[in-house]
Amino acid sequence: MSGSLIGKSVLRKEDHRFVTGKGRYTDDVQLVGVTYATFVRSPYARADIKSFDISAALAAPGVITVLTGEDVTKDGLGGLPCGWMIHSKDGSEMRQPHHPVLAADRVNYLGEPVALVIAESQLEAKNAAEMVMVDFEPLTAVVNPATASQADTLYEAVPNNLCYEWELGDEAATDEGLANAAHVTTLQLTNNRLIPNAIEPRAALAEYNSGTDEIILHTTSQNPHLARLIMTAFVQIAPEHKLRVIAPDVGGGFGSKIFIYSEETALAWAAKKLGLTIKWTAERSESFLTDAHGRDHVSEAKLALSADGEFLALKVKTIANMGAYLSTFASAVPTYLYGTLLAGQYRTPAIYVEVDSVFTNTAPVDAYRGAGRPEATYLLERIVEKAAAEMGLDPAELRRRNFISRDQFPYQTPVALEYDTGDYEASLHKALEMADYDTFSARQTEAAARGKLRGIGLSCYIEACGLAPSQVAGALGAGVGLWESGEVRVNPTGSVTVLTGSHSHGQGHETTFAQLVADRLGLPIEDVEVVHGDTGKLDFGLGTYGSRSLAVGGSALSVAADKVVEKGRKIAAHLLRTDVDNIDFEAPVFKMIDSNESKTFQEIAFAAYVNHDYPSDELEPGLAEKAFYDPLNFTYPAGSHICEVEIDPDTGVVEIIQFVAVDDFGTIINPMIVEGQVHGGIAQGIGQAMFENVVYDDAGQQLSASYMDYTMPRADDLPNYSVHHASTTCPGNPLGMKGCGEAGAIGSPPAVINAITDAIGNNNLSMPATSCSESGRAVQASASNAN
Amino acid sequence: METIELKVNGRTRTVHCLPNATLVDVLRDHLHLTGTHIGCDTTQCGACTIHVDGDAVKACTVLAVRSDGAEIMTIEGLAENEASHPMQKAFNECHGLQCGFCTPGMIMSAVDLVNKGFASDPTAVREGLSGNICRCTGYQNIVAAVMQGASEMQEQSS
Repeated sequence: MSGSLIGKSVLRKEDHRFVTGKGRYTDDVQLVGVTYATFVRSPYARADIKSFDISAALAAPGVITVLTGEDVTKDGLGGLPCGWMIHSKDGSEMRQPHHPVLAADRVNYLGEPVALVIAESQLEAKNAAEMVMVDFEPLTAVVNPATASQADTLYEAVPNNLCYEWELGDEAATDEGLANAAHVTTLQLTNNRLIPNAIEPRAALAEYNSGTDEIILHTTSQNPHLARLIMTAFVQIAPEHKLRVIAPDVGGGFGSKIFIYSEETALAWAAKKLGLTIKWTAERSESFLTDAHGRDHVSEAKLALSADGEFLALKVKTIANMGAYLSTFASAVPTYLYGTLLAGQYRTPAIYVEVDSVFTNTAPVDAYRGAGRPEATYLLERIVEKAAAEMGLDPAELRRRNFISRDQFPYQTPVALEYDTGDYEASLHKALEMADYDTFSARQTEAAARGKLRGIGLSCYIEACGLAPSQVAGALGAGVGLWESGEVRVNPTGSVTVLTGSHSHGQGHETTFAQLVADRLGLPIEDVEVVHGDTGKLDFGLGTYGSRSLAVGGSALSVAADKVVEKGRKIAAHLLRTDVDNIDFEAPVFKMIDSNESKTFQEIAFAAYVNHDYPSDELEPGLAEKAFYDPLNFTYPAGSHICEVEIDPDTGVVEIIQFVAVDDFGTIINPMIVEGQVHGGIAQGIGQAMFENVVYDDAGQQLSASYMDYTMPRADDLPNYSVHHASTTCPGNPLGMKGCGEAGAIGSPPAVINAITDAIGNNNLSMPATSCSESGRAVQASASNAN
Repeated sequence: METIELKVNGRTRTVHCLPNATLVDVLRDHLHLTGTHIGCDTTQCGACTIHVDGDAVKACTVLAVRSDGAEIMTIEGLAENEASHPMQKAFNECHGLQCGFCTPGMIMSAVDLVNKGFASDPTAVREGLSGNICRCTGYQNIVAAVMQGASEMQEQSS
């Protein structure tokens, strides 16, 4: 790397269009002749569909047609598949109920689509949707994951509603550790169910050209190629080369726009079937009912410790709620993205985890920012904190005694992963220093004098990112390799178009990726344009999730840029009539080693396309290079978060006084963007800890399906964050990067809850700790006891 | 169909719309000003914030016919000529946006806060922006942007 742009907080190239209202999100795309779709949805969590009567809707003004689940069945569309096979401990394959594009005979969650009405205007489509008569016969819903395996069977082929019963680790060794322990800490907890809530709702605009037989689907996707693959190869709405998926500007994803949903698929199918251009944009209530939710675990854990606080064993049993169907990556979240992370930053020699994934009559649950790793971190960091309290040890000291030390890497954990690098002691040390941990008790005393309860909580997290080394992922059941593609296309004038299979929906790739390539080639960043999100322009790509974009997608571009330099050296050698070994690239100049002759990057670019004297057997014209990069290992970002709170014992209101995050993301290209990712992740983590919760009643009706019922963290709810980056370089990719997108959401929830439990002296607390929830009442009760 | 006249970003526009059309639908679908976004339809998220007769208004819950004769400014009209408005510039310089979807509403709210004198300090800005939800930034950089934008706006007007 030439180093002039790496590590610089370059202002974002993409901002201009967003701050001036010129962003182009899916719903902003306006096409002539567009028609509008509204989905008819189940008002029940579980019901049989006895019949459809669409006659009144068809006769309504402006209605073009109505398609129902029966049409989907008639057309023989496949179901929406889950891409990750998990095997139960007895070796059997996970059970995957058919997930129809539109339900025809049975609905399994509130809001499940059963029909779509297409009309000349949005209003007419909405009005007519209310005239579609569906004869539902309601059935008893199964809602609670903790008891789902003893409840009514939802699918014939899924006994006890169990998707799989998975295990990882050595049970016998773990039991032995527990038996020999001086102290065993136990903890039961739930990881509350969340809704990702990207502010741009899901949307789709499908157009069909009968002349070319091509469908163009504009949609809110984090991975347009995967959408095309699933819609064509699995659902079979069209041949793959006849479907182009464009994800234009996308207004946030956080996981929820990875998945292949009914609505977008139905729109593409209907556009071709009817020869129409059709638009659908979710209303927020549809987002609440049908976007894949996140988390929703019920767990119990036992941590065995020696007399001096050494972790001997950890045993975990988790029930994970899959919702009504297996969403695209759902099965992997509570297994390979959760159980494998239960070692945390510690040397715990024996770990055993069992996960029962169950189906319920609730919306499908899948990856939401962090995906499995926040659940693992929350469990581990809560139980460590509780153990420290029970044993009378300082929580920081207990962690230090058990950290994997910096000279122990690479470190093989008992739960499948091999950590590559890290310095956990250094991160914690820095975080404690920033939080002024040593003088906390003085602040606590001062707060007590004001009648306030003050607490401090730690969380030391690790995550496995950079999804994923394909061989490892494949061995773990992934349906596809998880490499990434990239192309560096040099234009004749020397500007560069960078094409990437990664997708940006807020992450700032148009800046970061341009920085990376401009730095490598020695170009001004203005000369580098990043193109993403269009299957018509790009090689197959896997998209953006799992904090993978820079570590995997960026590495692909790094390799492609190296190939451009190699090709450039050959062209330079040809032009300078010398041997290629006699050419060095000192960005942006190709120099002859044994003379002072040289060619600029621009000269080489121009020559690549206009010269006509290349020796055709040795050198092709053109200067555009591709790479498909497959990482060697996961990356392991890690860090320490500290939260300090003050609680008003009369109201139970919790105020965050300070939040410190020290994160090790490896090499950083743009610190400003990385800090922004950390801020946003922490905000979502604080949201989980203090505000957000999906609530279904016993009948499976969602009671939290609006912004008046589901509390989103707002500007006046959140503190400023103190963020610092420690760095150990990642050896697993050429850039040394670990990924930063999810860390904030992973590390922060236990820090917040540990701070609250520290303040109130009661560890029996669940998320969200709002002042009016059960947790809030616990806060008040404990607080008034403390008074 | 109703016929209404709106002065939008300095230009008088005549619109034929249904009596139940919302102002945001008229802006987006009739006038093709898609910078004003819809995030929730229920006045909760603030993505649709515009200025109507000098006040910040959530356009998703205003009937277009009620705005007949009103003077409207949307994000597209905020910058004079080609130069960015100081608040737009501050959002870029402070990294006050990520996905950009809430940004137009956030900026229109921020400008209104400054115009009304409610952006005196970060706490006031946080309270003032509590009607606008951002899911990406965690707000810290938005607050910094509004403070910077406010100070530049005040400099320009003095």
